[in-house]
Amino acid sequence: MPAEAVVEVRDLRYSIGGRAIFDGLNLTVRRGEITAVMGPSGTGKTTLLRLMMGAIRPDSGDLTIFGERPWRLGRAALYALRRRVGMLFQNGALMSDLDVFENVAFPLRAHTRLPEPLLRRLVLMKLQAVGLRGAAEFATGSLSGGMARRVALARAIVMDPELLIYDEPFAGLDPISLAVILRLIQTLNATLGITSIVVTHDVEEISQIAHSSFLLAGGKAAAHGTPAELRATEAPVVRQFMSGLPDGPMPFHVPAPDYREQLLGKD
Amino acid sequence: MARGGNVLGRGLAKAGRVALFLGRILGQAIPSLNHPRLLVAQIYNTGARSLIIVMLCGLFVGMVLGLQGYDLLQRFGSESALGVAAALGLVKELGPVITALLFAGRAGTSLTSEIGLMRATDQLTAMEMMAVDPVRRVVAPRFLGGIIAMPLLVAIFDVVGIYGAQLIGVGLLRVESGSFWSQMQSAVEMRDINEGLVKSVVFGVACSLMAVYEGFHAEPTAEGVGLATTRTVVISAVLTLLFDYLLTAAFLNS
Repeated sequence: MPAEAVVEVRDLRYSIGGRAIFDGLNLTVRRGEITAVMGPSGTGKTTLLRLMMGAIRPDSGDLTIFGERPWRLGRAALYALRRRVGMLFQNGALMSDLDVFENVAFPLRAHTRLPEPLLRRLVLMKLQAVGLRGAAEFATGSLSGGMARRVALARAIVMDPELLIYDEPFAGLDPISLAVILRLIQTLNATLGITSIVVTHDVEEISQIAHSSFLLAGGKAAAHGTPAELRATEAPVVRQFMSGLPDGPMPFHVPAPDYREQLLGKD
Repeated sequence: MARGGNVLGRGLAKAGRVALFLGRILGQAIPSLNHPRLLVAQIYNTGARSLIIVMLCGLFVGMVLGLQGYDLLQRFGSESALGVAAALGLVKELGPVITALLFAGRAGTSLTSEIGLMRATDQLTAMEMMAVDPVRRVVAPRFLGGIIAMPLLVAIFDVVGIYGAQLIGVGLLRVESGSFWSQMQSAVEMRDINEGLVKSVVFGVACSLMAVYEGFHAEPTAEGVGLATTRTVVISAVLTLLFDYLLTAAFLNS
């Protein structure tokens, strides 16, 4: 029997300025699994995260997270929901006026009244988990991209969330930092027993660790299954994305008037 | 005509949005005091770090007052009233106004660009996602810090300015020191000082509010933060002079 769903999306529709971002999206994230949400740039991956966190509301359809509809919650209930979720932003989004230690301590200071020695130990443990205990006193400005993301990861897990969401965790990382983040996602998921959602377009990397994957295209989940199943899919849109072909159902060219006419035309 | 109406409409709409934002900040003002360290840091940031420029400008403004006041008063043979003229000019008018303009340029811009960059680098969104209200954590302490810092800066500006006027009037132009100070003491009343105090608080609210509003609502790009910073200075300066006129008229009436 499959594990219960943590996030359930049914027939979701959402549009910005008349342009449909989602047009009947279905998606399920099961407890304890690493779920990859893939898709080319501009398919609404980040919009999906914003919908999940209750930052925006869908036009129609249903989206539940821990059985709740985030866009219907009041501020207090929404914040209570968000406390169960850790989120890793693409660029880390560390507070520039705080050092590494205080960045990780930030959610604890905001939401708990832990005595300082206990708080200190908690923060150091989380920093140890991402290998940056030695960098506790560093200013955030002095960190490399990979290190900043690891600090952000330590911050995301410091409240012991049940669900961890990664927004493009591999973007712009060198191969070593990328391997580090990849291993951390897997380790944290297993050792903390949490559920993970990884939004990415790095097919190769995420396929090594994801339990199931969804490929977003055309406002829908064009395909889903294990990475192996996805690779075996014959659907052209899936093949194009998984093999990284420049042209196909997702066109290389932005729609434009006729080329010959535009170059040789009257005006 | 239609365009004029359009500008007026947009101005009113913005005033409404700023007022709503002020309401939101005030709602978070008390809870934000739970972390007094944040407030103290902001008073240091906006207040202490503006000290040198405020004192320097206060000195020069006072010295100019000494020269111009003397030139004016000696035509009527009443140069002994130089102390009164300088003190009233500084306390009621120049102190609050010039300090507010300096505040907008020095502290206001740094508040706007700091908050705008936090927006551009997702720090504010990250706070929202960590269930921390950025208005409480970021905006309210900066707003309150500005309001507390402004009257203090104005007081310092006034004191340094009066010293500057004394330096020129008594030191250079040989106005009698005794009459300079004693006339000031007998002529300057509490209501003059109150006028300066009220003005400084009002300017503090206006300048701090515009700075945090523009930063918080800046377009999350380099260009957007730059534009927001410019708007902060321009709107703060105009508001300062507008409120200065209104308050002066009100105080003279009462």
